[in-house]
Amino acid sequence: MPKLKLPAPPLPDRLNPRPKRPGSTKTKPLAEAGISAIDWVDERTSLSQGARWMMFRKIPKGTNWFYTLGSATLFAFLSQTVTGVFLAMYYRPDAAGGAYESVRYITNEVFLGEFVRGMHKWGSSVMVILIFLHMARTFFFGAYKYPRELNWVIGVALLVLTMAMSFTGYLLPFDQRSYWATIVGVNINGTGPFVGPYLSDFLRAGPEFGATTLARFYAIHMLLIPGILAALIGAHLYLVAKLGTTAPPWIKADDPVQKEEKA
Amino acid sequence: MNQREKEEYLREFALLKQQGKPFFPYSVAKDGAMAVIVMLSIILMALVLGAELGPKADPTTTTYSPRPEWYYFFLFELLKIIKPANLVPLATIGVPTICMILLFLLPFYDRNPERRPERRPVATAAGIFTIIAMGYLTYLGASAGSPTQIDMETPPQIVAQGGPMLEQFETGKQVVAQSGCEACHKFGENGNDGPGPPLTDIASRLPKQAIARTLINPTAPMPSFKALQANEPEKFDAMVTFLSQLK
Repeated sequence: MPKLKLPAPPLPDRLNPRPKRPGSTKTKPLAEAGISAIDWVDERTSLSQGARWMMFRKIPKGTNWFYTLGSATLFAFLSQTVTGVFLAMYYRPDAAGGAYESVRYITNEVFLGEFVRGMHKWGSSVMVILIFLHMARTFFFGAYKYPRELNWVIGVALLVLTMAMSFTGYLLPFDQRSYWATIVGVNINGTGPFVGPYLSDFLRAGPEFGATTLARFYAIHMLLIPGILAALIGAHLYLVAKLGTTAPPWIKADDPVQKEEKA
Repeated sequence: MNQREKEEYLREFALLKQQGKPFFPYSVAKDGAMAVIVMLSIILMALVLGAELGPKADPTTTTYSPRPEWYYFFLFELLKIIKPANLVPLATIGVPTICMILLFLLPFYDRNPERRPERRPVATAAGIFTIIAMGYLTYLGASAGSPTQIDMETPPQIVAQGGPMLEQFETGKQVVAQSGCEACHKFGENGNDGPGPPLTDIASRLPKQAIARTLINPTAPMPSFKALQANEPEKFDAMVTFLSQLK
């Protein structure tokens, strides 16, 4: 018998597999091999505990479609990651003309290149919309209140980082629109009090918009922010699983005492 | 929230959770359906709208329109509403920074234990107001184009002067119209009123030399025209001449 036994999902009886007739029990050897391999890993890592904790935790009564917005945002992020990796296979952060040339190559020559670039471009809009919808749900349902304050703070940090991703990614195609919009954007940062000038100098890699600016935006867009984003998403999800998602605020639990009396 | 309210909430939540359904497969199915919708909309947008690539970035060019991604429009429009020069830092960094800090600290100053939106009138009203304001500003930003046309008539004294002066004035008008100035400045009937000051009568406020200096070394967020002056001085001079005749 395999040690790993998953709790049966609460399906209607009709959908559950029928119990086997005595005498006909013979597990397929391939399934047996798979189960014992999983057992081998689980014996050494106890990963199944974590999986069980994550997958079979109970979701409060009354949870509705609004509660899918967070996972939808996560899904948009994953889509951005995958399409971004494929774009990075062809992109060159070379301000002297290589950057524009490589994006032109992706768009016009690479198989499905324009499609993947379109998915990355529009995926960013979709992700921003979903993040705002997710935040609106959290705000109006009062889901940021005790005990989930810290998760709200992490969520706002994720919003800021997503906007920073969009700002740094806008320059990378290095066409006219992205070049001039970024100059104005960096200048806007420069008008800020106290740290403004330092921030814009940091973004430009100097007082003037130069060849290293693109490399800097590229590094921030590809390495720095995605790393922080992934780590914070992990923390966000851990807290969601640990604290549980809220129920809609108008849902009331059945009183267990009354229930007992009825029964 | 005091200790009693906290415990009350946790008790109620534990009950709700007990009476709920497991994450797998119920929530996973919903999340999966939503993921398919998200994926399909991204694919559909990629197929229908594509990914256009504009002309190559050229620092010396004079034809560009600095427009951010659409979800930054509301910040850009904020610049147009808050116009006085000494308040510009407030609009560019001040308001967004204050909003960010307010967002970060929301759970710490909103300590009302009530969660139903209709019983938190201030929070709900503030949320709805923010959504409407951002939506309106985004709409304004989306509908404000970056015109490339200046319909101002050439003043009669310049027509009377004729020759190189008239020629330079007309060239300058064209260069200014193509340079995206109208994204932020108003010229007579054309252009957006802000974030930059209207330039319809700039010459009555600034002498020619000052106009040239401002173009080379402008107040942020305006981009500098230094590269244009270095590479195509005749175009730059025409621009200065045109602007210095606007009275």
